[in-house]
Amino acid sequence: MEAITRSAIDADPWHGFATGNWQTSVDVRNFIQLNYTPYVGNADFLAPATERTKRLWDKLGELLKEERARGVLDVSADRASSITAHDAGYIDQQSELIVGLQTDAPLKRAIMPNGGLRMVENGLEAFGFKLDPVIKDIWTHYRKSHNQGVFDVYSPDILAARKSGVITGLPDAYGRGRIIGDYRRVALYGIDFLRSDRLRQYKELNDVTFTDDVMRQREELSEQFRALEELKEMAAKYGCDIARPAANAREAIQWVYFAYLAAVKEQNGAAMSFGRVSTFLDVYIQRDIAAGQLTEVEAQEMIDDLVIKLRIVRFLRTPEYDQLFSGDPTWVTESIGGIGEDGRPLVSKSSFRFLNTLYNLGPAPEPNLTVLWSTELPQGFKDFCAKVSIDTSSIQYENDDLMRPHWGDDYGIACCVSAMRIGKQMQFFGARANLAKAMLYAINGGVDEKSGAVVARGFEPIKGDVLNYDEVMAHFDKMMDWLAATYVKALNCIHYMHDKYAYERIEMALHDRDILRTMACGIAGLSVAADSLSAIKYAKVHVIRNEEGLAVDYKIEGEYPAYGNNDDRADSIAVWLTETFMNKIKAQPYFYRNAMPTQSVLTITSNVVYGKKTGNTPCGRRAGEPFAPGANPMNGRDVKGFVAAGASVAKLPYEAALDGISWTASATPDALGHTADERIANMANCLDGFAAAGGFHVNVNVFKRETLIDAMEHPELYPQLTIRVSGYAVNFVKLTREQQLDVINRTFHAKM
Amino acid sequence: MSTSSPTPPIGYLHSTESGAGVDGPGMRFVFFTSGCQFRCLYCHNPDTWKLHHGRQVTVEQALAEVAPYAKFLKFAGGVTISGGEPLMQAEFVGALFSAIKQKFGLHTALDTQGFLHENIDDAWLDNVDLVLLDIKHSDPERYLALTGQPLQPTLDFARRLQRLGKKMWIRYVLVPGLTDDDADIERLADFVADLGPTVERVEVLPFHQLGSDKWKQLGMDYQLADTPVPTAEQVTHARALFAARGLKVT
Repeated sequence: MEAITRSAIDADPWHGFATGNWQTSVDVRNFIQLNYTPYVGNADFLAPATERTKRLWDKLGELLKEERARGVLDVSADRASSITAHDAGYIDQQSELIVGLQTDAPLKRAIMPNGGLRMVENGLEAFGFKLDPVIKDIWTHYRKSHNQGVFDVYSPDILAARKSGVITGLPDAYGRGRIIGDYRRVALYGIDFLRSDRLRQYKELNDVTFTDDVMRQREELSEQFRALEELKEMAAKYGCDIARPAANAREAIQWVYFAYLAAVKEQNGAAMSFGRVSTFLDVYIQRDIAAGQLTEVEAQEMIDDLVIKLRIVRFLRTPEYDQLFSGDPTWVTESIGGIGEDGRPLVSKSSFRFLNTLYNLGPAPEPNLTVLWSTELPQGFKDFCAKVSIDTSSIQYENDDLMRPHWGDDYGIACCVSAMRIGKQMQFFGARANLAKAMLYAINGGVDEKSGAVVARGFEPIKGDVLNYDEVMAHFDKMMDWLAATYVKALNCIHYMHDKYAYERIEMALHDRDILRTMACGIAGLSVAADSLSAIKYAKVHVIRNEEGLAVDYKIEGEYPAYGNNDDRADSIAVWLTETFMNKIKAQPYFYRNAMPTQSVLTITSNVVYGKKTGNTPCGRRAGEPFAPGANPMNGRDVKGFVAAGASVAKLPYEAALDGISWTASATPDALGHTADERIANMANCLDGFAAAGGFHVNVNVFKRETLIDAMEHPELYPQLTIRVSGYAVNFVKLTREQQLDVINRTFHAKM
Repeated sequence: MSTSSPTPPIGYLHSTESGAGVDGPGMRFVFFTSGCQFRCLYCHNPDTWKLHHGRQVTVEQALAEVAPYAKFLKFAGGVTISGGEPLMQAEFVGALFSAIKQKFGLHTALDTQGFLHENIDDAWLDNVDLVLLDIKHSDPERYLALTGQPLQPTLDFARRLQRLGKKMWIRYVLVPGLTDDDADIERLADFVADLGPTVERVEVLPFHQLGSDKWKQLGMDYQLADTPVPTAEQVTHARALFAARGLKVT
């Protein structure tokens, strides 16, 4: 690192770049637009992994193997993590091109008690580690956590809803995540520029009226200012001076990574996404290649090295958390491609280089490579994406043509499907409300069908023996009012406390001062609720009650149209549910920090847990059976194939779900066509077709059912087998057996 | 079968499928018409044989079933009309192809064994971009034994399509013991190669047993219950025989 740093010091770091507004104020998009080179060719230029890269990856492979066996390799339990808490750490210092680890050793996890001490303790205990008594003492007696703050203010109705699972996955005991720092700023400007910019913005608020809002903002700016200084110190431990801008490609990659690293050293967020970095970095790579200072092989090597680092981001979590989220996900989402507002593709050679890591290093769930798809993308890029998808099942696609009008051309995806303008927008992550369970509450008058406890107070149950559609709808409408009110109340508590006790200093330091905040609500069980209502409307649904008079089961007489078959009778119910619940959210009287309410139809893989917590439903689903993930039709009910299912999902309006709509599709290779070339062409055309029809997101899995069954029996043979589930990817072998079976039982489209 | 009628043509459909990657180029919306006068021993859809077992639809109604997918299909593939034997309902199928072209501008494919091609005039084919022509066997006697109908009309149709310059994919189902004799395959390969560049490809489709249940459900005697599916080697070998004549084979 040193040699490079020294030779770069004297040169103007911005030499050769087109000048513009970006030089005087923080404006990364302006820099990209003025300087990037769109690439419309094919993948032939790409370089394979070097021997160095392979050695490094193999060395890590040994540690990863051990980690798989033990769950957690090691924990740094002696200190609370921070940007500067740990010394420099390496995988193999001599051969690493891009350096930096979360702690002082690879795969050694940090603890972050600001989220909540209990989560840390449980996580440590589950994997056989002990908490340092000093830390316990500090976070018990002297320092309050986010988790404690939230429970100080929660109301009984929130607690009841949380316990029953009608609202699940709330980030009240762990970091909320889904905030993307504009990590590119550190490379383009260096820390000193960014600090003085913060200072200027702080001073602008010297003479305004000191309201609560202003004082909070001033405190936050001060925290951000300090975090930037710590970031500089952290980089110095690795021998890098990031006070100044990056002067070449390697520094640019390194600076960006340091900024991201600081974020994951300090925040155990549910999703710690990376942003939209590849084409930004391409400007530096192009400059070095043009100057004869870098070859394609070296450029790929650096991207490979960066991706290795992103693959080993780890957090200490509890087994319950892993069960909820399936595997050990971190959602290091990198958004690739898309089209600019001026019509030029934002595809660069580095967009290809990032995807190429899936060949050079093999398939992997992280970083969560997300292609921003447009029908206008260059054919060479479309074909390469399709090929990578077919070969690795490691990419997800989101519709840039839908998002660009809302978020411009410099947004990134946080987590799975949440679009946000980089550095200009963040979200208050809100997990999700279980609409299927809420419908059962409508039938039972707010009494939980599993526990018999009264969760929603003041409601009358439905008394008839056959469910009447209009009556159910009237009850459900009121129950959704209750659900929306309780849900938003909980989210306000959570984000108020998260800002107070677990503020994301470094991520917010890499945002504008004045940003758009969204309150990202979500719904689960959409297909179960829609099918149940369809059954009530088009078939005859008898209620079976237990001794206490609680409706606990249903008998369906006749047939009903199910969501997912491009049948408007059922699909319109799903659309109605999505729009109605969004409107009920919007109608709430208060959103913390004037956040703009949004909604997602996304379950991650918590569809298994949601299913567990929900009794028998009128659609015929048995109690405990998993929900379909995200906006997917229920397993086995989308009988008309891939295209019909996609058409149903595409009907859900993005305007009513601006936080994203997730669809996971699996196909066998044979269904995609006879030859490799045909499969690529068909896949790319399908993605175009889905995008043109207004589809928002699709996870694409291409493999045979037999492969998964074999992997379940012989996990040691499939350490890197990656599948995509509802907005992110996981190592198949890291799923619980229950989750594996769920994936296998999910509709396999042997036909599309 | 009359070629014109005062009332709009009514079709009989066995089923539709909203996506398949193997019935023509790209992803296809497939109409399976009902009615077929062939009685192929290996038929995997014997439930399509009887015309009146299908549901009745007008062209408008059939068109409405494609409509939700039209945008998708424009990018991803097109519409295939298969069967049964679509040419048993030439008037309806022709009207449907024409409407699909006019209304959606989609790629169209006709999947047929061609036996009834004299029912249609050359203009009928204007709305068909591709013909998937099933040739079940190259030996006239064995063809008759296998399908219950003569071979010659199918070969005539192939020649006619060649003359019209209409693109063709030749489909050949490989059934061990029935259609896997080298001499038979080579005879067919010679014929197909002679059709020239209007043949875009040959598809060798390995026989499968997925249709056996349908025979049982229909209470019919399925003669191929014990016939094995071809091995990968057998399929590769058959394909090689076509490929040796410069044909594109999948």
